Amino acid sequence: MMSFIRTSFCAAGLVLSLAAPAFAITVKEVKSPGGLTAYLAEDHTNPIIAITFGFKGGSALDPVAKLGLSSMTTALIDEGAGSLDSFAFQTVLEDRAIRIGFSAERDMVRGNLVATTPNSAKAFELMQMALTSPRFDAEPVERIRRQIQVGLASRQENPSRIARKTLMEAVFPNHPYAREDEGTPETIAAVTVDDMRAWVKRNFAQDRLLVSASGDITPAQLGKTMDMLFGQLPKTSGLDTNLPEASVPAKGQTIRVEKNLPQSMVLMAQKGLKRQDKDWYIATVDDYIFGSGSFASRLMDEVREKRGLAYGVSTSLQPYDHGALMFANVGTRADQADISVGVIRDEWKKMHDAGPTQAELDGAKQYLTGAWPLRFTSTGSIADILLAVQRDNLGIDYLDKRNSLIEAVTLDDAKRVAKTLYDPDGLTVVIVGPLPQPAAKPQAPKPKP
Amino acid sequence: MRGFVLGLMLAFVGLNAQPAHAVVYGAETFMLANGMQVVLIPNHRAPVVSHMVWYKIGSADETPGKSGIAHFLEHLMFKGTPKYPAGTITDMVARNGGDQNAFTSTDYTAYYENIAVDRLPLMMEMEADRMRNLTLDVKEVDTEREVIIEERRMRTDNVPGSLLGERMNAALWMTNHYGIPIIGWEAEMRGLSRDDAFNVYKAYYAPHNAILVVAGDITMDKLKPLAEKYYGAIPRSGEYKPRARSTFLQSPRADTQIVMSHERVRQPTWSREIIAPSYAVGNRADVHALEVFSEMIGGGSTAKLYRTLVVDQKVAASFGAGYDGDAVSYGTFSVSMTPSPGVTWQQAEAAYTKAMEALLKDGITDAEVAQAKRRMLAGLAFAKDSPISAASAVGAALAVGQTIVDIETWPDEVGKVTTAQVRSAARKLFTEYASVTGVLLPPSGADAAGEAP
Repeated sequence: MMSFIRTSFCAAGLVLSLAAPAFAITVKEVKSPGGLTAYLAEDHTNPIIAITFGFKGGSALDPVAKLGLSSMTTALIDEGAGSLDSFAFQTVLEDRAIRIGFSAERDMVRGNLVATTPNSAKAFELMQMALTSPRFDAEPVERIRRQIQVGLASRQENPSRIARKTLMEAVFPNHPYAREDEGTPETIAAVTVDDMRAWVKRNFAQDRLLVSASGDITPAQLGKTMDMLFGQLPKTSGLDTNLPEASVPAKGQTIRVEKNLPQSMVLMAQKGLKRQDKDWYIATVDDYIFGSGSFASRLMDEVREKRGLAYGVSTSLQPYDHGALMFANVGTRADQADISVGVIRDEWKKMHDAGPTQAELDGAKQYLTGAWPLRFTSTGSIADILLAVQRDNLGIDYLDKRNSLIEAVTLDDAKRVAKTLYDPDGLTVVIVGPLPQPAAKPQAPKPKP
Repeated sequence: MRGFVLGLMLAFVGLNAQPAHAVVYGAETFMLANGMQVVLIPNHRAPVVSHMVWYKIGSADETPGKSGIAHFLEHLMFKGTPKYPAGTITDMVARNGGDQNAFTSTDYTAYYENIAVDRLPLMMEMEADRMRNLTLDVKEVDTEREVIIEERRMRTDNVPGSLLGERMNAALWMTNHYGIPIIGWEAEMRGLSRDDAFNVYKAYYAPHNAILVVAGDITMDKLKPLAEKYYGAIPRSGEYKPRARSTFLQSPRADTQIVMSHERVRQPTWSREIIAPSYAVGNRADVHALEVFSEMIGGGSTAKLYRTLVVDQKVAASFGAGYDGDAVSYGTFSVSMTPSPGVTWQQAEAAYTKAMEALLKDGITDAEVAQAKRRMLAGLAFAKDSPISAASAVGAALAVGQTIVDIETWPDEVGKVTTAQVRSAARKLFTEYASVTGVLLPPSGADAAGEAP
């Protein structure tokens, strides 16, 4: 019965991979009259326009004494610009349901704009003001500073935050990637308006700009819009984006952070692969099989389905510009944390020793190729993907060729990469929770109240 | 507060383009002969669909002492049928490139697969099969019970704010079943058996108690024969009876306050939950008026009370308001604040009370009501942009008793709200309904304003 069903699923998967190219999002490269470039997925189905852009750089370049400068500045860029103070600026956004947002990632500063077509001209005007003349008035600066500090206090004892901070310091010692890019109460207190103005000058420049768009806009309209949004920015910026390579120690370690918690938070990492690595797609397939494939993954099966040790367990590949990690995380009953870690370690070793099976490889390819169109279900998500395509130099035909890159992975490839990538000895494990109790220790009688 | 019901509000109130007579989703519907409602939300951008089956059973339908059983059954629904033995449901969906999951609320349980449209028949066959043919192995039930207890630890026991929320719910709702946590009380979860799950399954998992929602790249001409083939083949097994929900309200009404200190809290927070009318209970005009009121006072950084408390008086670092009227019993109106560093929660609460009293007395103006309404309708086009979020919003509304007409005419109804209605609904809310206030504090003795300078 079971094998019959599996066979029929395989057949179904085969049909899908053949049928997949039928999904056609046409990506055009748009050159503006002023010489800027963007990727566009033009689609007039809904009266919605999304523009996503990025400036290479990011929070990893924050000075140590002003950690959080990027995140604080990006939070303030839409809090008043040009002739509009914070209230006036935000009023126009809210009255017209325009979404404008900036965020700082480790290697990039990102901007997003989503608006309905009738409100798009106004949205472009506001975004242009935010990029070229943010005000940094005293009221919003102090309000946002207060909100960041309150947020830091709220997350201080969050087990996931503690685990992540501890782990990053262990795997990327002394590298900017290991810093908490939201800052600390002290560094946030130290950020001045002059710092933020200088940050804007350094970061918003045409030579580091990537732009993508999707939805209800033509190439000609986008070209004009790009020149209007970005044409006034400096051609080049003096910002040095060269960070040292972040190397992961060859030998992993286990770090326990004692906290009184009902459920221990376990976070693990080892060296990963960069996005441009020739083995990226093979590693993606291996990672799906091992831990990122939700209910289809080995870890979910071993930790949750077979043993009931956790609600969630998953892995991910995390590439940066100057380094790469492979993560695993599990939240597991405090007195069984070491058992869960042991199960995951065993699986890590099995993956290293033997790699995946042919059936697992087939299943992974069927899911990864079949689910690809699910990524393109909102105007904003399409623009975001096109930005990632440019950032990672994947080529304008990437959306069409991506499934063939997954299909090309052979069992030999998958085993070879599993052998070199999965490194049980290089795995660093952070366990946030109660320290393990000696198993046979009798409980001291409790005094009667 | 009641978990997943909030999703709908975001889709409607938050995302919100057109003047009157706009249709939100362009949904189409019909009933199968066995009583199952079928809904289509067309969206032809990508060749994918969101396929959802909603059952009108949630934690508020549970037998006393069996808290968590609706959610436990949701987990066990992945364990299999004779046709799809243990583990093969998730395997089958993944191998067809689908993302799947399920969720449970106070009033409904829903299962979904987001998948390429040519795989829809396979998904329908599987969902129709597990509607009636679930098999459960006792050993699998025992293992899965550990999983839901870990889920409780992750969502509740490990999170001080969730622990407080659970206590606030219990105090606010008292004998109304909305006071029971969806995940369950741990002691009762430990006692949940295979039979308990089957009792719920047999009583509620049937066509007359289910809604099929498909959003995406398909037309009714194609969907109807598929729905008839897979779901229509299930014999009718009963008639839908409106669900028994306590409409008990605290009598005499009282405002309760719960102050909880927790060793892992560093930043005090303050929130208040108020029982409110819903689409199902009370006057419908009040529901739309409260939607407008909530947008007006707390919908964003230019909203009235945000300006007063965060920008002008600076007693709070943040302020928000929300209203959830999608419920089979009463709805909930909520406000929350984070006191600024150096401000006690009592000071923040006093400032809120004073500002709200002034607002209710003579502070609700025509211009502000008109602005709030404009904002709620300005982004309506976003609601149907993603088939996945559209299916979720429509399914949740239908599962608590709204109709397609209610959903599609929402912009018109909001457009009709008058200033007098907003005033009246808001005043009634604060005088006639019970509330609970929850304060979360650092361990006693610690600096109440946390470690911020």
